[in-house]
Amino acid sequence: MTPPKDKEQKVDAPDESLSETRLSRFRFSKKKDMPGGLWLKCESCSQMIYRKELEEAGRVCPSCGFHFTLPGRERIQLLADPDSFAEHFAEITGLDRLSFTDKIPYGEKLVQTAKRTGQNEALIAGTASIEGRAVVLAILDFSFMGGSMGEVVGEKFALACDLARAKGLPLVCFTSSGGARMHEGALSLMQMAKTCSALQSLHDAGGMSICVLTHPTTGGVTASFATVCDLTLAEPGALIGFAGPRVIAATLKQELPAGFQRAEFLLEKGMLDAIVERSSLRATLAKLLDYAPMARGVALAPTTSTGSADAKGVAPAWSATQAEVLGSRRPTAPKTPRKA
Amino acid sequence: MSDSKRNGEADGLARIPGADAGHEAAGGGVSRRGNTRAAMPFEREIHETEAKLAELRDAARSTTLDISEEIENTEKRIQELIARIYSGLTAWQRVNVARHPDRPVTADYIATMLDEFTELHGDRSFGDDRAMVTGLARMGDHRFVLVAHRKGRTTKERLECNFGCAHPEGYRKAWRKMKLAEKLRLPIVTLVNTPGAYPGIGAEERGQALAIAENIIGMFTLTVPIVVCVIGEGGSGGALGIGVGDRVLMLEHAYYSVISPEGCAAILWKSGERSADAAEALKLTSENLSSLGVVDEIVREPLGGAHRDPAGAIQNVREALTRHLDELVQIPVDRLVAERRTKFRNIAALEGRFPTVAVG
Repeated sequence: MTPPKDKEQKVDAPDESLSETRLSRFRFSKKKDMPGGLWLKCESCSQMIYRKELEEAGRVCPSCGFHFTLPGRERIQLLADPDSFAEHFAEITGLDRLSFTDKIPYGEKLVQTAKRTGQNEALIAGTASIEGRAVVLAILDFSFMGGSMGEVVGEKFALACDLARAKGLPLVCFTSSGGARMHEGALSLMQMAKTCSALQSLHDAGGMSICVLTHPTTGGVTASFATVCDLTLAEPGALIGFAGPRVIAATLKQELPAGFQRAEFLLEKGMLDAIVERSSLRATLAKLLDYAPMARGVALAPTTSTGSADAKGVAPAWSATQAEVLGSRRPTAPKTPRKA
Repeated sequence: MSDSKRNGEADGLARIPGADAGHEAAGGGVSRRGNTRAAMPFEREIHETEAKLAELRDAARSTTLDISEEIENTEKRIQELIARIYSGLTAWQRVNVARHPDRPVTADYIATMLDEFTELHGDRSFGDDRAMVTGLARMGDHRFVLVAHRKGRTTKERLECNFGCAHPEGYRKAWRKMKLAEKLRLPIVTLVNTPGAYPGIGAEERGQALAIAENIIGMFTLTVPIVVCVIGEGGSGGALGIGVGDRVLMLEHAYYSVISPEGCAAILWKSGERSADAAEALKLTSENLSSLGVVDEIVREPLGGAHRDPAGAIQNVREALTRHLDELVQIPVDRLVAERRTKFRNIAALEGRFPTVAVG
């Protein structure tokens, strides 16, 4: 498992002398991302960029087109129709069930991070509409402990799957994550199975899922729900992998090929459906969402027995009636009202 | 395919008959004691007393004095020492026991636990990953498909199978054989023993993350019983890639963790020296995981660990697997799969902690 790539740890880790220079292109410096400075340096082309210009460009480097990691809230703003986003499950907070302490106790770290980021956990879930198409959104936010997946992230993703199933909506997720959160030990590992369990139940019920992998996505998130959605997209230049590049370089004791583990590399190796630029994501997603069965008014056959009711009372809710209702939501239909 | 049973070849050495005769001589490779003591400093007192016992036995042969009482006392003392040391192992010591070179590996389980095994190779797409063994197995009345990490026993074997670190083709081979199991209505037994999936250039190129993810989500669809047993190292996603089951068992001194203690220590404390602290913090022992609800049952090891009595440990695993297979084959497949999903959907969650979404 790739360890969670907590930004703070990266910044105050100048002792990795050997890999410092050759791997510097893989580092995600907090300084570069923090508000405050007027100028910052592109982590891809090293060009100095005026911060405001970068933000206005949706955090895409104006000179090389590198797609910077986008904070979760900005992603929603960029993607969802105005005022269409209704957050769900925001109240769930993490627990330090293992009494895990590194520099500070994990419980304290959670509180501090929540205070700094203004949210309780690394995944933001809710309903929204994208150019009039209603969806369930699940967005991993890298600024919360490197977007790492612990119990709450896993649970919220699973709840988002359940919500999509209950409402008969497609699931659209965005990932940026260092992987499983080691502060939760095997509990975080189990989230890989939990998220896949919920996603498979959504799939069995005829639900459509789209995952957009963004910079960076590694470890237990890549090795679970992120890569097994119906459609797998990525933003240009995104670092996507199982093991992090530093782990691989350290294991092999050799320099990694240029472009290794970047979205373009993955596309070439057949691991992605498409690379989509941030500026056209919204339109592309809207176009793709029209292929969802319910958007086309297709009534699905009853699901297989394997998708039937489980102990939580969650049964596939696919019915012709529902499909018909949803099918009326055409691309040209007026914007979906705010979902509660 | 090779039809090899009880000849020391079953674990992937099909093409090299007679390779590694040393193991066959040692009885299916079940006992390989003797050269590995440095790895476990906490066992030093046991080894010293064992050495003393050997001296006494030598002496008994060359003297007319009756020292049988002393021998008996020393034997007793050894048992007491083992019991005392093993009842208070730290998490890090457990990790070392789980990695002990004499600890039974998949080859030993195939040779000793199974009554029949036919290895099936290859993922039909890229290659045959020797770090993963798959095949048709019989154990008493149960026929099933075995899917297991392979670590190897000798240096040669260990190199050949990458020390148990599988590549994507290993996970895809596993998936292919699991689909075969479903087709043939055979249960699946997986033995988990890997430090982790291999982090390398080829592995990434061929989609290591995707291969693991496809197994995890795929195992939620298989309409046959799945029993998982962690027999040594449960290393992260590489373990979970064959680790989704209706029952998850774990040997007493195995470990199962999201990251290796060394990796965790390197990140948190920038020092491999703190591995012991990391092992403690990660709560990776069978007792920890059983009380958290990650594993369903701890399979006890003979006193002093499986490396002291491989046959005893393997027998315990056989007994546990048989018991669970007996139960699972009775359950209708609809219920089986629904319950497997619910099990992992709610795994280790505290009662009432999370909201639910009513569907339907």
